Amino acid sequence: MSKTVEIHIKRRPAPDAPQHWEEFEIPYRPNLNVISCLMEIRKNPITRHGKQTTPPSWDMNCLEQVCGICTMVINGRVRQSCSALVDNLDQPIKLEPMSKFPNVRDLVVDRSQMFDHLKRVHAWVELDGTYDLGPGPRMDNDDVLERYAYSRCMTCGCCLEACPQYDEDHYIGPQAIAQVRLFNMHPSGAMNRDERIEAIMDKDGITNCGNAQNCVKVCPMNIPLTKAIYEENRETVLYGLLGWLKK
Amino acid sequence: MASQIKIAVVGGGLAGLAAAMKIAEAGHAVDLFSVVPVKRSHSVCAQGGINGAVNTKGEGDSTWEHFDDTVYGGDFLANQPPARAMCEMAPAIIYLFDRMGVPFSRTKEGLLDFRRFGGTKHHRTAFAGASTGQQLLYALDEQVRRFEVAGKVQKYEGWEMMSLALDDHQVCRGLVAMNLRSLELKAFPADAVIIASGGPGLIFGKSTNSMVCTGSAVAACYQQGAKYANGEFIQVHPTSIPGDDKLRLMSESARGEGGRVWVPRAKGDKRPPSSIPEKERLYFLEEKYPAYGNLVPRDIATREIFQVCLDGLGVSGENQVYLDLTHIPAETLDQKLGAILEIYEMFVGDDPRQVPMRIFPGVHYSMGGLWVDFDQRTNIPGLLAAGECDYSIHGANRLGANSLVSCVYGGFVAAPAAIEWAKNVNRNGANGSGIYEQETKRQQEINDGLIKQSGNENQYKLHEEMGKVMTDNVTVVRYNDRLQATDAKLLELMDRYRRISINDSNLWATMALPHARHLDNMLELARVITLGALNRNESRGAHYKPEFPNRDDENFLKTTIAEYSGEGPVFSYDAVDVSLIKPRRRDYSHEKKETAKA
Repeated sequence: MSKTVEIHIKRRPAPDAPQHWEEFEIPYRPNLNVISCLMEIRKNPITRHGKQTTPPSWDMNCLEQVCGICTMVINGRVRQSCSALVDNLDQPIKLEPMSKFPNVRDLVVDRSQMFDHLKRVHAWVELDGTYDLGPGPRMDNDDVLERYAYSRCMTCGCCLEACPQYDEDHYIGPQAIAQVRLFNMHPSGAMNRDERIEAIMDKDGITNCGNAQNCVKVCPMNIPLTKAIYEENRETVLYGLLGWLKK
Repeated sequence: MASQIKIAVVGGGLAGLAAAMKIAEAGHAVDLFSVVPVKRSHSVCAQGGINGAVNTKGEGDSTWEHFDDTVYGGDFLANQPPARAMCEMAPAIIYLFDRMGVPFSRTKEGLLDFRRFGGTKHHRTAFAGASTGQQLLYALDEQVRRFEVAGKVQKYEGWEMMSLALDDHQVCRGLVAMNLRSLELKAFPADAVIIASGGPGLIFGKSTNSMVCTGSAVAACYQQGAKYANGEFIQVHPTSIPGDDKLRLMSESARGEGGRVWVPRAKGDKRPPSSIPEKERLYFLEEKYPAYGNLVPRDIATREIFQVCLDGLGVSGENQVYLDLTHIPAETLDQKLGAILEIYEMFVGDDPRQVPMRIFPGVHYSMGGLWVDFDQRTNIPGLLAAGECDYSIHGANRLGANSLVSCVYGGFVAAPAAIEWAKNVNRNGANGSGIYEQETKRQQEINDGLIKQSGNENQYKLHEEMGKVMTDNVTVVRYNDRLQATDAKLLELMDRYRRISINDSNLWATMALPHARHLDNMLELARVITLGALNRNESRGAHYKPEFPNRDDENFLKTTIAEYSGEGPVFSYDAVDVSLIKPRRRDYSHEKKETAKA
């Protein structure tokens, strides 16, 4: 008998419909990842019990784990499906959509709240204008490397899925706090430091972190999220104590 | 009083965001359309860096030298004035990103660091680790988000442009887009439209491109009358990692930082690479091109790797060669190339710090695209284009690290040109004319027809067949008989397309209908690429025909122009503007000759 891959997918036809599992089986090939399995299934969507069904929907784009779009829960762990190699996974492979975001259909979720958080914390450098004003500030390469680590965040949502505190918008979560760190570390970005600190001092802000440290364990880019939370916590405490002096 | 100017930008990669930022900064409104959230656009995949001649290494570099490398690397097919303008703007573009907070690598003095890339002798490439595209895209994403908060930019993420709304005089008055969840079709009036939708790599099935790179929006413009130029010039990147679902890029920066390409001298040498002594290794690029070595331009490196494998010298007799970094200290590699080494480790399983990587060429970039003038305007009034989807700048072959700079340059030029057009056009002149309703209806009919249609053809299977025939015959080496056979195959696929059935009865957030629409558009562009290649009987840059091995300036120093007709593409040719540097023969085995100004 030829080798096969067994895949179970948690389906949801529409946002208000209930979820259900469907089981598929496809021929094994070397170097398969979860995305190539899904592509195989959508070509001819028949369950392993022979029932014709609809093809599953999922998000995908770069397939190099740099765009963040294909994130899902695979065998209980949140990660990108492009870099989930079949040879390294236990079977049956169980695919579920992330649970902390509105489920659009099947494995597709709506993560627009993460981009809204970036708006709230002013995750940008306030430029005077985009015309030519010469180079930016000089920087020590060690500081650049620290910023680079934060700047690799692809807004995939793994940290929020794994965070026990993040739910229904009670807590802004690690990704936004790490972006505060990224811009507060930049010489020009630091000029608007107070706005960002105030944005994470609300009641759904940084103090809701329960220090479970799940975020840093699931981050596919190895971003030091707990360090960012620690540093920003310090900044907010100092700002809380001394910030009124500035007003 | 005239209403506010509104410009639609299609595509949220580097070029689209650059244009959106400039338009918003000038105080005008932007509707920004993107198939995926803009932060997830294909620009994130660019790795190695961005070129700009700032001459901080005391090498006598200049923007003129950058310009000369660019047109020489492009085998003199690029119009020279825009290529020159890009090279002149490049340092300011890099400095702007620096001010936005891009974590570019630094020197000991805290200045921007630059590394070497292909086709140049200078350190001219600024870089942020080995994920420069991601970092530049994020910087623009942040600035555009600022304008979104300020109410200047309205994003339509998850909306795909299906067609242009053209008035009776063929003037672009906006577009029709489809919501990718509900499949709702809606017209969006605009005073001008900028297409910045990226490349068409998916026509080749597997490529280094992201899954959104179908060229579909461009193909729609082409079918509505936009000229498509130099379609046959497709860059095949020398170093990619073959995969089941895609070919993952292994950046040229690996060679820029000292990576060496080799194969065992003995055919079928089964020894592990570390136990093959130096003298039994064939460093074929270094031997054949002593002046540039591993940093010859991509078209040349790709052909050499291809040939070595054809000669049976590929590692383990397969289509693969070594890209070796193991002689470089691991710490240097981690700092300068970390991101790409992680990709290799993640998908192949070997550690490239310890074991040479195994790589092979893969379809990467389209030099061709929508025809634009020197202000990024297409031949359709009110329609502009920028980035990989336009044909300007790169000629017959793009130099590494010139794509990021050309995307931003294109966006920065298109934005003011679009505003200028919008200021002089009779705004809202198409309101009440019925063109929006008509175009929406036409698109709805196409969708309805596809949904109703039944037959035994499978759309994904057709896509695979197209990808295979295009990869086999319209990439590195091209023969006229095979190009003819490829076109026949494409016509067959177009016929079978009419018998596909959408295999998803649930149309909410379905992938099937959008893919079917892409496939139709990709087939149209595939013919443009294939027939453009068939007609060009010479070898130039990425276009290589063994039957016509030399560049033929007398007959082919000209831009291919394809225009749509119901019977297939109609070809004509435009002169190339070579007013600044006189075309000369490319030879990378020797130092580049002194630039001869025309």
